[in-house]
Amino acid sequence: MTLLTVEGLGIQFGGVKAVNDVGFSLNPGEIVSIIGPNGAGKTTLFNMISGVYTPGAGKVTLAGEDVTGMAPFLLARRGLSRTFQNLQIFQSMSVLENVMSGFHLRERGSVLADLFAWPTARRRARAAEGDARKLLERVGLERAAEREAGSLSYGSLKRLEIARALALDPRLLLLDEPAAGCNAVETEEIDHLIEEIAKAGTAILLVEHDMKMVMRISKHIVVLDHGEKIAEGEPAVVSRDPRVIEAYLGAQAKDKAMGEEAGHAEH
Amino acid sequence: MRISPKMATLLTLSVIMLIAPFFFPSAYYFRIASLVYVNALAVVGVVILTGYAGQISLGHAGFAGIGGYACALAPVYLGLHPAASVVFGALASGVMAWIVGRPILRLKGYYLAVASLGFGILVSMVLTNEIAVTGGPDGMKVADLGLRSWLSERGLSLTNGQFWYTITALLLLAGAWLALNLENSATGRALRALHGSETAAGTVGIDVASAKLTAFIISAVYASVSGSLIALMNRMITPDIAGYMHSIEMVTMAVLGGSASVAGGVFGAAILTLLPQALTSFDQYEQVTLGLIMMLVMIFLRQGLLPGLASLLKGRGA
Ligand SMILES: Nc1ncnc2c1ncn2[C@@H]1O[C@H](COP(=O)(O)OP(=O)(O)O)[C@@H](O)[C@H]1O
Ligand SMILES: [Mg+2]
Repeated sequence: MTLLTVEGLGIQFGGVKAVNDVGFSLNPGEIVSIIGPNGAGKTTLFNMISGVYTPGAGKVTLAGEDVTGMAPFLLARRGLSRTFQNLQIFQSMSVLENVMSGFHLRERGSVLADLFAWPTARRRARAAEGDARKLLERVGLERAAEREAGSLSYGSLKRLEIARALALDPRLLLLDEPAAGCNAVETEEIDHLIEEIAKAGTAILLVEHDMKMVMRISKHIVVLDHGEKIAEGEPAVVSRDPRVIEAYLGAQAKDKAMGEEAGHAEH
Repeated sequence: MRISPKMATLLTLSVIMLIAPFFFPSAYYFRIASLVYVNALAVVGVVILTGYAGQISLGHAGFAGIGGYACALAPVYLGLHPAASVVFGALASGVMAWIVGRPILRLKGYYLAVASLGFGILVSMVLTNEIAVTGGPDGMKVADLGLRSWLSERGLSLTNGQFWYTITALLLLAGAWLALNLENSATGRALRALHGSETAAGTVGIDVASAKLTAFIISAVYASVSGSLIALMNRMITPDIAGYMHSIEMVTMAVLGGSASVAGGVFGAAILTLLPQALTSFDQYEQVTLGLIMMLVMIFLRQGLLPGLASLLKGRGA
């Protein structure tokens, strides 16, 4: 059964169509990537699926339920979890506490139990702490557990967000440029981590600029340009699509050319 | 064995409470110390709302007013024992916080500040104008708690000052213990998380609106009990207890001391209750000095006095 179906999804900002009539679907354990040049609408699409923005048009179905425009915390309870391109870390909490907050749904009990530190509340907190440490190990941050999250490097924060998102034990995980700002070694680690997560049965929707990674791990790719879906299919098919080459790879080639020009201008 | 920050705060507080009386120059100081503890209790509530959850209220004196007047009115009109009136006031404040909090907590930053300020003013106006019930601006008498005479009949005789010192100290300890428990629980972590990023809090499944409301209600109960204690201790009450100056005092104490922690809040309450006493010798410069100190602390120690001084000391030690 399909886990996520997106149909005719669209939104406008001040009359500009940031995303228009986008549709695709995703099965459990599958990795689907959304690619496209900067400003294509990938993050906006994520924001609509995860309830951060209310779609102006279209429908999102999660495990057979219409969840269009549902608040993020309700989607989290239905097994959807995500990371953010522009990090959304709980800065003044410790690294460990950031991940523990990901266990909120599992850990929460009555407020009275928390106020009076009843054994049930303490037991739940201990379990969350133990599992959070395991997740930190999984993303290679176990030694930073007690540090204030705000003091971590960009690449570490990216991995911290993944650990926090994994704490929800999601059915569907949305990763918005998880490897951005990471070095080659870190990128490869994240690459493996994503495959591992998918193997364990979690469906993954991925936005990533590292084409090598996208082509290698995705089952299916959706290409956006100017808010519209211009192509989709298997990596091998998409990478040969002339429209994709023009819109995406072409733009990259152009960027590169411009970069070289700028380089020349400096000399 | 390492002791947790929670135990460290509670132990330090208990030790100070135990030994402070040996340094009191006169019996009058029992009263001043009791005021410190009562103010600190309200400020611990502000720490939960502002320090943990990042929400501001400039109307919390309204809840102190509800708690205070509950102790004045409930014994007369409902025949409740003064001690039961404290609980009654806390419940009333909790319900009021639930009603008021739902609409205004949707607001952010200064919008929330102004809306909550409005709530405080509303309560204080009602208390001032309903003269037939509340006695108006002159206030009204409050019944005796009766516990001191009960204790003395059983052989434990305390002066009035000692008695209230003990009661307020114990309640502050209890309040601090609850707030510290909360800090490292699922609820407390949810509050601190939404303080950091409401968007991210939502995506980990935290119901942000209801978490804010929880913090607002809990902090309202703290303010209410603090107001009840003021009423019972003074054996009288005036609408000033609900005035906006009192609200602003609570927030100032929390922010000046360091609103992120219970210890900081208590420290701020102590400083801002004691300093005016210490500065009375400055005569007309008292207010000026106080204002100046507040400005300097905020400019140079933005996180508040306690964390600021702690990091200064650490910096020197290193
Ligand atoms: N909240 C918003 N308000 C106005 N415009 C927005 C908002 N969010 C996104 N956009 C616009 O939508 C377009 C797509 O942006 P985005 O989804 O971030 O692109 P991508 O993630 O593919 O780089 C951009 O033109 C951006 O300026
Ligand atoms: Mg983006």
